[in-house]
Amino acid sequence: MSACSPLRERDEKIEAIIQPHKLEDVKEALKGIGIDGMTVLEVRGHGRQKGHKEMYRGQEYQVDVLPKVKLELVVPTGRVEEVARTLIAAARSGAIGDGKIFITEVAEAIRIRNDERGEAAL
Amino acid sequence: MTSDDTGRWLLNAVQSARVRRIGSRVLLTLLSAGVAVAQSTPDISKKLDDLDTAVKNAQMSGDNAWMLTSSALVLMMTGPGLALFYGGLVRRKNVLGTMMHSFILMATVSILWAVVGYSLAFAEGSPFLGGLRYLFLNGVGADPNGDYGATIPHQTYMIYQLMFAIITPALISGAFAERMKFSAMLLFMTLWSLVVYFPMAHMVWGKGGFLNGTLGGRFPAWDFAGGTVVHITSGVSALVCALYMGKREGYPNESMRPHSVVLSVIGACLLWVGWFGFNAGSAVSAGPLASSAFIATHFATAAAVLGWMFAEWMIAGKPSVLGAVSGAVAGLVAITPASGFVKPMPAMLIGVLASVVCYLMVSKAKKVFGYDDALDAFGVHGIGGTLGAILTGVFATKEVNDLRMGKAMGLVDGDAGQVVNQLIAVAIAWGLAIVGSLIILKICDVVLGVRVNKQQETDGLDLSMHGEEGYNFEA
Repeated sequence: MSACSPLRERDEKIEAIIQPHKLEDVKEALKGIGIDGMTVLEVRGHGRQKGHKEMYRGQEYQVDVLPKVKLELVVPTGRVEEVARTLIAAARSGAIGDGKIFITEVAEAIRIRNDERGEAAL
Repeated sequence: MTSDDTGRWLLNAVQSARVRRIGSRVLLTLLSAGVAVAQSTPDISKKLDDLDTAVKNAQMSGDNAWMLTSSALVLMMTGPGLALFYGGLVRRKNVLGTMMHSFILMATVSILWAVVGYSLAFAEGSPFLGGLRYLFLNGVGADPNGDYGATIPHQTYMIYQLMFAIITPALISGAFAERMKFSAMLLFMTLWSLVVYFPMAHMVWGKGGFLNGTLGGRFPAWDFAGGTVVHITSGVSALVCALYMGKREGYPNESMRPHSVVLSVIGACLLWVGWFGFNAGSAVSAGPLASSAFIATHFATAAAVLGWMFAEWMIAGKPSVLGAVSGAVAGLVAITPASGFVKPMPAMLIGVLASVVCYLMVSKAKKVFGYDDALDAFGVHGIGGTLGAILTGVFATKEVNDLRMGKAMGLVDGDAGQVVNQLIAVAIAWGLAIVGSLIILKICDVVLGVRVNKQQETDGLDLSMHGEEGYNFEA
């Protein structure tokens, strides 16, 4: 943290866990506001949404960790609200299981190719 | 053309040749031909002999083509058919180990068969085990063996029967999936072939076998393609294995969902196709009986698919894909002994009965008894095979296969005694499978230990037995 200049704007990480079928909509929406860097992970989990039952030859299985997609993107603090709103608008279906967003402060961002730091690295 | 006509024609030819002043060598040739025709009786008899040979060769070509094709089809049932069917049903960490159970038998049983297996199953011997005449395939050559297939090379019959000897032990592997030590599996399968399969094949199909229906059996039982020999022996041995080895770690509380029903669907489809070689090939010819068996097989399977699907739909609420393909296998199993003896409508009845009974067996009865027959080898092959073997005695008819020269073949023909013969064959197959498998398991357990340790089971057989993984997504 001490390496950061006090004049420089902070970066924040947005982690969004969304329904897998919403990924394309979310990507398009973010592209629309000029965000084109992100990491996409295929994950499994559940919140309030309960899983489902599967049946194989009469044997019933309760499956409660469900496939989800997790997006990770780091943006300057000033853009966090705008990005979060865009993401929510694109990912919301109104049903249980739409997912969650977590926002954390990022201590530093570095571009591996050329040592650029801070916003220049995003 | 009569010989007179021929003579006249030759005379004319000779005269016209003279007129045309053809060289003396040609004349000489034609004259000697005329002399040969004059000795017409031996010539015609030779021609008839030639014709006879040509007809026999033509039939042999036809039958042999179908039997070689059938042999390949039956091998395809084990790999990739059964390997995929079973492979999809296990957890991801055991997919290779499970497929290996099938694949390695394609090699192991083949060697065993060439050395001693074919002889113990098909050479003349006692009513319960064949002799040693065909040891190392001695005397198994191009000439047909009239007892087993008069119109195909003995070699073809031998290789066709080998494919059955391969798939039968492979079927058992469904019961001990995900927990048997590979070395013990190899020893078990080798001993099992020697102690259970070869004797049973001899009893039912070998000349002079105790249950042989056509070649002098004490209790002639009908088993067209292996209801007793293949499905009861493997299915009942599977139950013995499941009981002896105990449940998988975590069964039935942990999730043991199939890791890929997709693989199982592909496997089941390959089994259905391969089964035409299994059943229609058991006609040991490419004639009408092969067609009849092909058709009975197909319609029984179609009915069985629908039987399982609707039963599951009604009882469990959804028509599962795994249920539909399991129904196909149950139907194929049940029609196997009957395929060369029954008409299409009884075939459908056999198929639908077998699939509903097998569905109830694997989805309800298994839970009640609590044994862990992991992939339902007993529920499908043991139960389906038993039902099929008994129903063969009910529906066998001379209209399809007149082996008794016009006399009744089964209950519908008016011979209730045949059902008794079938029951005797079923009882012998069950008894041999139970006693044989128990003894062999005990031997394997003492020599090698049959079960992997807890850590190996948790890691999965792929890693612990073979040092590999089925799916390396990061590779």
